[in-house]
Amino acid sequence: MAGALNPKPKDWALALPLAAFFTLFFIAPLGLLVAISFETERQMTGTLGLGQYAAFLTDGLNLAVLRDTLLVGAKATLLCLLFGYPLAWLCTRVSARWQAVLIFLVVLPIVTSVVVRTFAWIVILGRHGIVNEAILALGLSAQPLKLLFSETGVVIVLAQVQMPLMVLPLITTLQRIDPNLESASQALGAGAWRTFFKVTLPLSLPGIIAGTILTYTACVTAFVTQSLIGGSRLLFMPMMIFQQAMDLQNWPFAAAVSVIFMVSVLLIVAMLVALSRSRAARLYS
Amino acid sequence: MLRDWQTLSFNTVFGLLSLICVIALAGPTLVILILSFTGEEALHFPPASYSLRWYAALIDANELQAALWVSLKVAVISVSACVVLGVAAALGIARSEGPVARGLETLFMSPLILPALAFGFAALMLFSMLGMRPSTLTLAIGHIVVCVPFVLRTTLASLAQLDPALLDASRSLGASRLHTFRTVTLPLISPGVASGAFIAFMASFDNVPVSLFLQDARTQVLPIYLWDIIQNQLDSRAASACGVIIIATVLMMVLMERVAGFSRFMK
Repeated sequence: MAGALNPKPKDWALALPLAAFFTLFFIAPLGLLVAISFETERQMTGTLGLGQYAAFLTDGLNLAVLRDTLLVGAKATLLCLLFGYPLAWLCTRVSARWQAVLIFLVVLPIVTSVVVRTFAWIVILGRHGIVNEAILALGLSAQPLKLLFSETGVVIVLAQVQMPLMVLPLITTLQRIDPNLESASQALGAGAWRTFFKVTLPLSLPGIIAGTILTYTACVTAFVTQSLIGGSRLLFMPMMIFQQAMDLQNWPFAAAVSVIFMVSVLLIVAMLVALSRSRAARLYS
Repeated sequence: MLRDWQTLSFNTVFGLLSLICVIALAGPTLVILILSFTGEEALHFPPASYSLRWYAALIDANELQAALWVSLKVAVISVSACVVLGVAAALGIARSEGPVARGLETLFMSPLILPALAFGFAALMLFSMLGMRPSTLTLAIGHIVVCVPFVLRTTLASLAQLDPALLDASRSLGASRLHTFRTVTLPLISPGVASGAFIAFMASFDNVPVSLFLQDARTQVLPIYLWDIIQNQLDSRAASACGVIIIATVLMMVLMERVAGFSRFMK
């Protein structure tokens, strides 16, 4: 058919310029990063070893930074799922006109500057911010809460900033679910909650995993939000890499920290992908 | 009765959670927009009086304007390169099911998953080893790597919807490959390309983690300049600068929605 009539032997060559560009400016720098991480001396004398890795992994403070970064990302991702899932669900239940409005509202933050959106939260969460004024006015607390420069603040703002990355894949998956399945479940006597947990939720698992991967990787690497909302007292991996590389000029250690961070993130992504494959295999076999 | 109650409680819970989510999504941007029109010295919400004084103050903000020009220049250069490289690569791998094509796609999309800051640092080390000083060029190269996935993704999505029979028809009627591309393929995929270019532009304009390593004092980009003044002095001009960015973003997005149906490429 089409392929025989319209052979395109040289199509793949069109990918060569980008492949060359990536080899030079993506693969080469990352290779260099890994190579420099094995330099044992800060002056990069050419002595290779695992010294930098040992220095990171044997220091409890460094490990705490890694743990906090990964945990804060997980909390923010869960928050995204808790609030984003109902919104995605609503998007598939309203008229086309309302759906367009809702999707516009979800997409708008993606193209709006992260610096702008994080700045807004400083005004909202600060000592004299909207949230604290409301809490004081309602008498919920005698003193303003410390929301800015706290882990709770970082989790809330990360969740808000990365929310669209969770909602959009969920909308796509929820739209693909045959509405007859839910009708059938209801007709057979299951209530709304039971139908949701037994039919809709399991069928939307691919969307949940896709959204989780995008949101999680964005949250753990969200340098701007982490440092503006976390302040100087809360240290996360991206800021640690920046400080070691630029303020302390310790490139081999910063390189080793980068590699450890990238490997941790990739391991978590790989686990999520494996989870989606096994669940999908069980559901559709 | 029990089922009615279940439906009611389910709809209430889901409705409330979505409402909170919508408010959280739109609220902060709205707060900054309102705050940018404050007539006061300090940034306090809601403002006691309104004025355009902080917008007027932007006219004399030379450093901020310099940073804006650097950001715009870098964004235009890198998006142009992203479109040329990304669309060509998408055409190259779209129709192939082979492992090489899938491998290339994974490679080209991986900057989306990898920590951008680690890549920025790696690029800095490469450039310093090559003896390249931080400049508009190094910024643009770094931005191309992290922005090209957006163009590639939307172009691949529109190529997947392109009916191959149209290409065969054009070819069998005697059109050359280049002519077919210009008159059939390109018009049909242009909404996808335009949407990808728009996201790539905004991603470049907003990029901090890569720019941090690849800029120098002469080429400070706007988001980093804003970040500095927000962190250090909370200058009220930061609010009006953010106001300009928000208004420009909304206008561009409405325009892109009209001409290219932008939001369908985001799903």
